Amino acid sequence: MTEALRVEGLRKTFGDLEVLSGVDLALDEHEVVCLIGASGSGKSTLLRCINLLEPIDAGSVRIRGEEVTATGVDVDRVRSRVGIVFQAFNLFPHMTVLRNVTLAPTEVRRLSKAAADEQAHGLLSRFGLDDKAGEYPDRLSGGQQQRVAIVRALAMDPDVLLLDEVTSALDPVLVAEVLDLLRELAGTGMTMVIATHEMGFARDVASRVCFLDGGRILEEGPPERMFSEPREEATRRFLDRVIAAGRM
Amino acid sequence: MTTGGSPQPRDSAPEGLDVRAPLPPTGSRGSRILGGGSGARSVWVAVASTLVFFGVAAILIVTSPGWLRVKATFFDAAVFKKSFPLILEKFRINVFIFMVAEVIVLAWAMLLAVLRSLPGPVFAPLRLLATAYTALFRALPTILVISLLGFGMPALGLQGLPKSEIFWAIVALVLVYSAYVAEVYRAGIESVHPSQTAAARSLGLDRRKTLRFVVLPQAVRRVIPPLLNDFIGLQKDSALVGVIGVVDSLSTADIRSAAAFDYTPYLALALIYVVITIPMTVWVDWLIKRERGRTQAGGRL
Repeated sequence: MTEALRVEGLRKTFGDLEVLSGVDLALDEHEVVCLIGASGSGKSTLLRCINLLEPIDAGSVRIRGEEVTATGVDVDRVRSRVGIVFQAFNLFPHMTVLRNVTLAPTEVRRLSKAAADEQAHGLLSRFGLDDKAGEYPDRLSGGQQQRVAIVRALAMDPDVLLLDEVTSALDPVLVAEVLDLLRELAGTGMTMVIATHEMGFARDVASRVCFLDGGRILEEGPPERMFSEPREEATRRFLDRVIAAGRM
Repeated sequence: MTTGGSPQPRDSAPEGLDVRAPLPPTGSRGSRILGGGSGARSVWVAVASTLVFFGVAAILIVTSPGWLRVKATFFDAAVFKKSFPLILEKFRINVFIFMVAEVIVLAWAMLLAVLRSLPGPVFAPLRLLATAYTALFRALPTILVISLLGFGMPALGLQGLPKSEIFWAIVALVLVYSAYVAEVYRAGIESVHPSQTAAARSLGLDRRKTLRFVVLPQAVRRVIPPLLNDFIGLQKDSALVGVIGVVDSLSTADIRSAAAFDYTPYLALALIYVVITIPMTVWVDWLIKRERGRTQAGGRL
């Protein structure tokens, strides 16, 4: 198996606050890793660092063996290979769903409009969204918007897909449709790093679960073990709180 | 976003831009001028009270002791008939000046605004230059800039420098108004939430393409109403070009008025300005209302 992603000794500070203090994480292709941990534990920051949206202070990120955090690397090229989906969807409100999806393929991958449209329609139909192709995002439900955002990232055919609490901004009834889509994606072998609070989903989908605490990965392992017999006291406390909140 | 409790806050309105004007009275049916009530009765009350009010006002005005003098000085039909076509003819010069100026301002101000929002230390001199430009030309009275260029530049007698007053009038108006419009654009650019930029950059779009496809289209859409407001100002300020000797509509009104010992020509010109400007202000109001409707119905555009 080839290695899709390797993060080593990643550090990131905002002012005086050290958000990530030495994160190590490696993913093989087709692996799905779920990042769990309390709000503020650094899940989002880690994903944004992998996508190079945040400059890092120390450490390195490798995508398929290439060190993308080295100086002189074309960040736009790296980002076009690493998809990220945000909690708040961040769709472009002035563009139709179709244009949201085809913008990067036409402008970054230099696909012809016809080819990009065809690809977009293919992806949209696959996820039951093709009848929305001509709509503007604000006419869609939150779940539909988030699915479009995922399709937008997939249209770039990324090596790795990063998902940053993609269901946290959704009504509970809309969460399922997004999670179902992610399950399907996992089934197709998409390499994904998923920051999530949906523990049930993590248990179903993840090949590995990483618990972030205090800016580092405190514990990781297969979901069955992580959820049933966590080794670290902090992991246990976190999971107890999650259970108490009815999220598992 | 219709559902899901959007966690993206809109930025607070940047300085100098009133994209989100005060809220209209919600649920008002019918005309606000009629008092926002509904039903035939309130319409009748509004019509009757209006008729009585303006009827009484009209009677008071025309029976007042000075009325005949006012009428002779401002509302002389013969003078109006004679001067109006001449003034209208010269108004074409004003139209030419402000139309040309507006087209240049649109592009030039955009460039200034983009320069001002360039990030990074490398662009510091450009940012500084653009900032100084907007500060300077917003500080100067328009009429001063017109005089400075309109008298000063031709006086230089430099080869290749145009001597046309109309040319320098346009340059002066462009300098002043591009400073205002650049600020309007910049406010629009800053009102586009950073998460939009993040989304575009995360897809691999470079800075220029992000600006072109994602930020500017949203920014411009939001600032169209304040932009048009500045253009209304520009159109009215085109009447200042007479100071450097352009024989425009106002100078013509000056001349006709002096010749007839009567101020009716000014009124004729006022009428022309009102006729072209008021529809534009109504249009701007309509655009603001529509924009507001859109942002309220569907989150953030």
